[in-house]
Amino acid sequence: MNSDLLTILLPTLALTGWALLLLLVDLWIPREHKGITAVLAAAGLAAALGLTLSQGRLPAMTDSTVMVISDGYALFLDVLFLASGLAGVALAHEYLKRANIANGEYYALLLFSVAGMMLMAHAYNLILIFLALELLSIPLYILSGINRPRLESEESALKYFLLGAFSSGFVLYGTALIYGATARTDLPGIFAALQSAPVNPVIFILGAVLLLVGLAYKVSAVPFHMWTPDVYEGAPTPVTGFMAVAVKAAGFAVLGRILMAAFPTVGKDLTPILWALAALTMLVGNLAAITQKSIKRMLAYSSIAHAGYLLMALVPFSNRLVNSDVQASLLFYLVAYALTGLGAWAVVTALEKQNGDGLKLEDYAGLGKSHPWLALAMTVFMLSFTGIPLTLGFWGKFYLFRTAIEGGFTLLAVIGVVTSLISAYYYLRVLMYMYMRAGSPSVERAPWLQVTAVAAALAVVLISFIPNVLLNLAGNSLLLLP
Amino acid sequence: MIPLAYYIALSAVMFTLGVVGVILRRNALVVFMSLELMFNAANLAFMAFASYYQALSGQMFVIFVMAVAAAEVAVGLALMVAIFKAKKAVDVDEMSSLKG
Repeated sequence: MNSDLLTILLPTLALTGWALLLLLVDLWIPREHKGITAVLAAAGLAAALGLTLSQGRLPAMTDSTVMVISDGYALFLDVLFLASGLAGVALAHEYLKRANIANGEYYALLLFSVAGMMLMAHAYNLILIFLALELLSIPLYILSGINRPRLESEESALKYFLLGAFSSGFVLYGTALIYGATARTDLPGIFAALQSAPVNPVIFILGAVLLLVGLAYKVSAVPFHMWTPDVYEGAPTPVTGFMAVAVKAAGFAVLGRILMAAFPTVGKDLTPILWALAALTMLVGNLAAITQKSIKRMLAYSSIAHAGYLLMALVPFSNRLVNSDVQASLLFYLVAYALTGLGAWAVVTALEKQNGDGLKLEDYAGLGKSHPWLALAMTVFMLSFTGIPLTLGFWGKFYLFRTAIEGGFTLLAVIGVVTSLISAYYYLRVLMYMYMRAGSPSVERAPWLQVTAVAAALAVVLISFIPNVLLNLAGNSLLLLP
Repeated sequence: MIPLAYYIALSAVMFTLGVVGVILRRNALVVFMSLELMFNAANLAFMAFASYYQALSGQMFVIFVMAVAAAEVAVGLALMVAIFKAKKAVDVDEMSSLKG
């Protein structure tokens, strides 16, 4: 056992161990006091966050077996995952009580999933990437079905499971073919093999494309997005919020890592595929969102659209000149999207009723009068999703488009701007319902949800005044290149 | 000695059959079997390449993949039992309570 491995994985291991303990301790916590489990889970996440932050000064390094890596990129994403996990706990606690599914397993599974995401950010070997992907997915299959015996929740879980395993199969077969072509599975090894040894190009490109398809399923890029609206609608709302934000971030974390660390030399083969994926995802996601009546489905399509914008950041991945901008704008947008998304899902969770009603757009009518603070927060999130100035979403899109143009993909940036204009229609429609229609929405009394929503809204607005600080932080969190 | 290409061809056929099965079959259990076929196609490819390169790493991965596949079976079958209790069927076409 070498000590580097332990150092790099310490926060992840601590979180996993804590989750295992939590599973045990939860047995002694009575059903009406599951709040204790929630607090314990939050404490574990906070402790792992502290450990991660304490590693901020460590130099970038890999262990001797080249399985894991620790660099600024991974640590930045760790903080994002742990913060999303904390929000996931805050979103869930009152919702679970309300829906009468206050099980302690929820929190343990959430922690396992976060541990899987952290492992994704640190993985430096395709086989570990596969294992991390499964560690993050399997708990989520169960979480989406945790609202048993409601049929929607069970069906969403089975759909997510079948499609998730399908995509894992692609990732695995892609890995096998890449292993066959290069005899390596560690990312720097693949990079080196591509430069020196004669590599069978057909097998390698086929493997890389299969890997890309598998990951495109995970981040729900068009045309691999069909499962997303159904799964997001059927899963319990806090789980959906966590999936929409953290799983997407984890998928992009690993996509960025693989593309930039292992595949830069095959850029001319992969860039057109990524270009088409990004353009299609932006167009289809935004256009399909227009017709949705349920806010959950609308936000599901909106998350597909945002996957398109994030993919745009990765299109110029093989251009070493704009490499640092690619990383910085990707990480910046992930933070902007996470804050906005978690806040918006917190509002949706607060308005959902015990029987699962309260998710239609009409249910938001009159929210501006009856709950001005919640409506104001939702306004901030919708504006940030659209990319209107004075919100973090604006800067996120600004940096993305700038990166695309620097990389020479002006048409893609134009598609991005046009689809953002289209998206204004369905985001602003929510505002129209909240402020201009009369109605009496019922909001559940849920202090933690409101704290999460207001805090996220404040962060979205305040950080937009100092975008450079966050961008520099993201830009300095460099990915270690081989 | 059987040439490497035969193994890879067989694994490609298995993988394709798995993909086609997932897309075309409607019974969730059969879909599940097709998924296993995809995983095992990858396992076969890993084993063939490992013996071709005389490297142990490929064989090690197969063990990992088997463990992961077993974990997925546990979750997947539990989900199917839960749905079967409610609907007395596991046909994916009948899962229509979620439509926009």
